[in-house]
Parts: sequence; structure tokens; C-alpha cells
Amino acid sequence: MTSLPAPGVAAAATSPLLRLRSALLNGSAPALPTLCALAGTLLLFVLFLLVQGKPAGEACLLIFQGAFGTMFAWQNTLQRAAPLLLTALCVALPARVGLIVIGGEGALALGGLAAAVMPQLLPGLPSLVMLVVMALAAMLAGGLWIALCGGLRQWRGVNETIASLLLSYLAVAVFKHLVEGPLRDPASLNKPSTLPLPDPYLIGSMPGLEVHWGLAWGALACLAAWVFLRHSVPGFAMGVVGGNVRTARLVGLPVNRLILTACALGGAAAGLAGMFEVSAVQGSATSALLAGYGFSGILVAFAARQNPLAIIVCALVIGGVEASGSLLQRRLDLPDATTLVLQGLLFCNLLAWEAITGRLAALKLRWQQQAQVIPAKEAGHA
Amino acid sequence: MHDIDFTTLLLALFAGAIRVGTPFLFVSLGECLTEKGGRVNLGLEGILVCGAMTGYAASFYSGSAWLGVLAAGCTGLLLGVLHGVVCSLPRVNDIAFGIALMLLGTGLAFFLGKPFIQPQAPMLPSIDLGAWSSNDRLHHALQINALFFIGVVLALVLQWGLSATRWGLALRLVGDHAETARALGYRLTGTRIAATAAGGFLAAVGGAYLSLYYPGSWNEGLSSGQGLMAVALVIFARWQPWRCLLAALLFGAAGALGPALQAVGVTSGYYLFNAAPYALTLLIMIMTCRPDRTLSSAPGELSLTR
Repeated sequence: MTSLPAPGVAAAATSPLLRLRSALLNGSAPALPTLCALAGTLLLFVLFLLVQGKPAGEACLLIFQGAFGTMFAWQNTLQRAAPLLLTALCVALPARVGLIVIGGEGALALGGLAAAVMPQLLPGLPSLVMLVVMALAAMLAGGLWIALCGGLRQWRGVNETIASLLLSYLAVAVFKHLVEGPLRDPASLNKPSTLPLPDPYLIGSMPGLEVHWGLAWGALACLAAWVFLRHSVPGFAMGVVGGNVRTARLVGLPVNRLILTACALGGAAAGLAGMFEVSAVQGSATSALLAGYGFSGILVAFAARQNPLAIIVCALVIGGVEASGSLLQRRLDLPDATTLVLQGLLFCNLLAWEAITGRLAALKLRWQQQAQVIPAKEAGHA
Repeated sequence: MHDIDFTTLLLALFAGAIRVGTPFLFVSLGECLTEKGGRVNLGLEGILVCGAMTGYAASFYSGSAWLGVLAAGCTGLLLGVLHGVVCSLPRVNDIAFGIALMLLGTGLAFFLGKPFIQPQAPMLPSIDLGAWSSNDRLHHALQINALFFIGVVLALVLQWGLSATRWGLALRLVGDHAETARALGYRLTGTRIAATAAGGFLAAVGGAYLSLYYPGSWNEGLSSGQGLMAVALVIFARWQPWRCLLAALLFGAAGALGPALQAVGVTSGYYLFNAAPYALTLLIMIMTCRPDRTLSSAPGELSLTR
């Protein structure tokens, strides 16, 4: 999240100190609140564990080891990051038009379900064609679901944050109803699931890795979203809508269509995540799909400040944190909710430290006023 | 045969409206207070779960369920203050911080609540209003928890307090028009923090009801979005505490629909019937919200109903 160079900073300064100051002066330092938030999170987390009488230092070390310490840990991390890339887009794209959508979990579930039933609806398709059909079905299901949130917001004035979460609960209910009822594979006894996908329709690992192709497609989707938002006309228009709807209306932008498109694209991304979970990890649609990727995606998107490129970095970090949970459990006997606490602290800190950005602007103004005085002295000195 | 089933269903719905509706009542009263001050606290969901956990733990250790309720309330108060203070900082979006608090609250509750999944804590007592009846079902339906009555009284007191006291007026002014309130010398930040803290207290008491009365144990699947539905409930109640009571009962009945149908032998569509409160919430929001104007009785400073 700190790896993105702020525009106009790198060129201006050379020494680290100067660069920091110039970053602060330009007010384009997304790095500073993020760094403060990371430090604050770590401090609070350590404090929390110390109060519990747990070995805090060892826990932090284990989180790092469990996330990035070994090849196995890396693969575990990447495996978890793959759906996060896509569910985070489900937050970041609607955020571009000013909507806070938190219902990615439902879109993921419906997408996974749509993908899982495709082989039964259209039996006998060649493997590649079927995978494309499954992906399209998943994206359609997820996209329509989240577009519904945008539609309700635009046409009925229903707050999209609450509507998306309610729709997510509804989607999960429909998912469970279908998986345990009409679509249940009679052979699945304790763990109800749909009929398993035939082997040709399963997605394998990427060469040389134990990680499925969903990771590459997720990263590609983030890249595409970044290009779309940054360099395309509709992407720019979405930014205008998100900035000020009234202005957007005034200059004649199709506000409703842009909002629906952003929501549909985000939902399609989450639906695709469901398809990959089904065809690369689970092999059928089961309740194991509902592992909270939709909710972690919210955190990833906020940590990335809704920037699709930064999502790639943040998804790795959050995926790593989640992957380290089992190591913490095994070694230190900490509950699996430890990583949830860490995520919660991180989320709260990220938002709270955002407040210093405003303070920075005030500081910048003061420095600029000083800078107007100083050059005269410097000129005399030289 | 058919008749008996129908009365059973109605009785189950009636009992469920009160039993399932009580946490809705407390959370929605809390959210109502918070929103009257012009803020939205989606974190009530996390506060509710935290309250359920602390309530259960305190009841287990102290042996008194009422102490558990009090402890839960204090936890809620703290988390409410956290939300109130952080959202008073510049550039912090109250909806986004609510989501964050939801995550943090559930995380803390799951972490600290691990040891309390097994042991049995003392439960809240219920008041036996149906002692006169020889009908078992009616008798059972009329066993009502004391917290419900406290909630009813609270709703009426809040209704009166918001409309007739100086404190209520100040809160409404702060929520309706911050500039005017500032010009008149009311303390904006302090009032909002107090309202959010009180809201957190009530939500956590609602959570304690979940773990200490119905369903009456602490586990991680205890809350199913009651804290979030409260936001919709308050919109439905048009920011009026006494209407929160009606809305809570309606939602309680919707929540009891699934179990009630199961009791009379309708078992298909279990998940769909259990999702009735979510569908009802959404339906109510779709019906009551308008795209072109804010709702007439909505606090003017609310970011929720832009």
C-alpha cells in the first residue's frame, strides 16, 4: 500500500528527508496515514495480547512466518489472496461512484452457485468453453445482484450499504436453501453440496505453484480495473459522479447508468471469485464458499483506499494475516479469531488516521507561508 | 386439525414477536438515539455481539444475570464512546467506521468469548404472566422476560424525553441542524458522543438479552445482523421511539416465522423462512425511502438518508 509513488514526488527530491518533506508538502502522501495506521495497529495488537498475558512478540513473529515465512506459507497466502482481489473490487468499483457496498459475500455465493450448476444445465461442452460459460454465469449472477443495490439506491433512495448487506443475507439464504434442497447431491451426506464438477471442468494450479489460476485472473482484473478507472472516459466519468453527483448531472453525465455499471462490474468480480472457489478449490458449491472472503474484501478495499493496484498489495497482506491463523492456533493456542481482532484493529486505525490528512493540509499551508519568507534569506545567504 | 395448527402458529408468532423482538427493541432504541444526534452507527452489530459475550461472561463469573446485563451495557458504552470520538475527528466517515467497528467488535467477542462457549451461566428470569391459564402453549407464550418490559418503559420514556426535555431538544437540534445548534451554543461533539455512547449501551443490553435469555447461550453465530437491521428499523419507525416498539415486534414476528412454521410441521424452505426479517427489512426500506427527497422526519445532519 505504500509502494505507489505519489506523482511529482520522485522527481522533485533526492534525499529521503527531502522526499518525505516534499511528499508532505505536496499533500499527496497517502503513505503517512497508512504508516501511522500500521504502527498504531501493531501497538494496539501487542498491547491487547500483553493484557491477555500472551507472548505478543512471538505472536507477531508467527503471523509473519505463517504469512510469508516459508514457501508453504506463501502458497497459503496467495491462495487466500486470490478471492480477496476480486471481492475487494466489489467494494472499490462502486466506491468510485460514491457508494459503499458491503455485500460482496452474497455476490460470491450466488456466483459460485451459478457456476456450479452450469455443467448440469449444459452437459457435454468442451472444457474450455464450459469454463468460459461458468465464468460468464457467475459474473452475471454477481453483477445483477450488486447492480440491484445500485438500482435501489438510484430509483428508490435506499441506502446501498444496508441494502447490499441485507441482499447478501438473502443471497446466502437462497444459496443454503438450494444447496441443501433442490440442488443437493444425494451423495453428499454431512456436508451438503451440489453435484461435483466433472474433472475436465476443474481449474488446476498455475505452473510451478500450488496456487490456482484465480490469482492470476484476479490480479489481471485489478489491473484492468485500474486502467479502466484511470485511463478510460467512463472511468473518469465515474470519478466525477463519485466526486459530486450534482456536478455530474449538470455536465450531462448519465449518472444512473454509470452507477449501475460500476456496481455491476464490482458484483461481476465478486461472482467470478465464487466461480474460482467452486472450480479450483471446492469442486462444487458448498457452504465452505461462505468463508468470509466478501467481508475481508471490504477491509482490503479500504486499506487500498479503493485503488485497484494497491488492492493487489493489500490482498496479499490480509490474505497473509488470515493464512497465519492456523499457525497461531497450533503454536500459541490462540483462538482463530486472533486474526479477526488484528483485522478489526487495522480497519479502525486506517479510518481513524485518515483524520491527520486534514491536519497535514493545514501544516502544508503554514510551511508554504514560511517557505515564502525563507527563500529571501536563502538568496542572501548564497 | 387445521384449526389447532393455526392457533399454534399464531401463539408462536405472538410469543416470538416478544421473544425475538426484544433485542431488536433495544438495538433500535439505541440506534434511534444515535441517529437523532445526526450520526449513524453500523458498529452496533459489533457492539451487540460484544455485549452478548461480556454479558454472558459477567453472569458466569458473578452468578447474577443482571450484573451481566450491566457489564454488557458498560462494554457497549465504551465502544459507543470509541465510535463517537473517532467519528468526531475530521474526515472520518461514520458509516465506514461503523463497518470497521463491526469487524473489531465481533473479533474481540469471538477472541475473548472462546472459553465461554461451554459453561452454563445464570440466565435472566422471566415473568410468568400466564400462570392463570391451564393451556400449556398459552402459558409458555406468556412467559415474558423482564427486559422486554424495561424496553417498553424505556421506549415511552425516550419518546417523552426527546420531545419534552431540554436534553432531548438539544439532541434533536444537534442532529437536525448543526449550524443552528452551534450558533445557540450547544456542544456539538459532546452531545453526539453522549448519544452514540447511550446507543452503544442499549445495543449491548440487547446483546446480553440474546446470550442470557433467548436463545440463551453464547456462541459465535448468536447475532444474525440484528444490529444492522436496527438501522432499517429506525427508518421504518421514522425516528420515533414508540414506533421502534411496534417495528421491533413486527421484526420479532418475522424472525419467529421460520421456527413457528417448523413447530406446526412446515419444514421445507427452512432457510428461506428464516431470512424473512431481511426480506421484510429490505421491503420496508424500498417502500419508505424516496430517491428525490429525504424522509420528512429524518434528522437533517444524517449522512444515511442523503
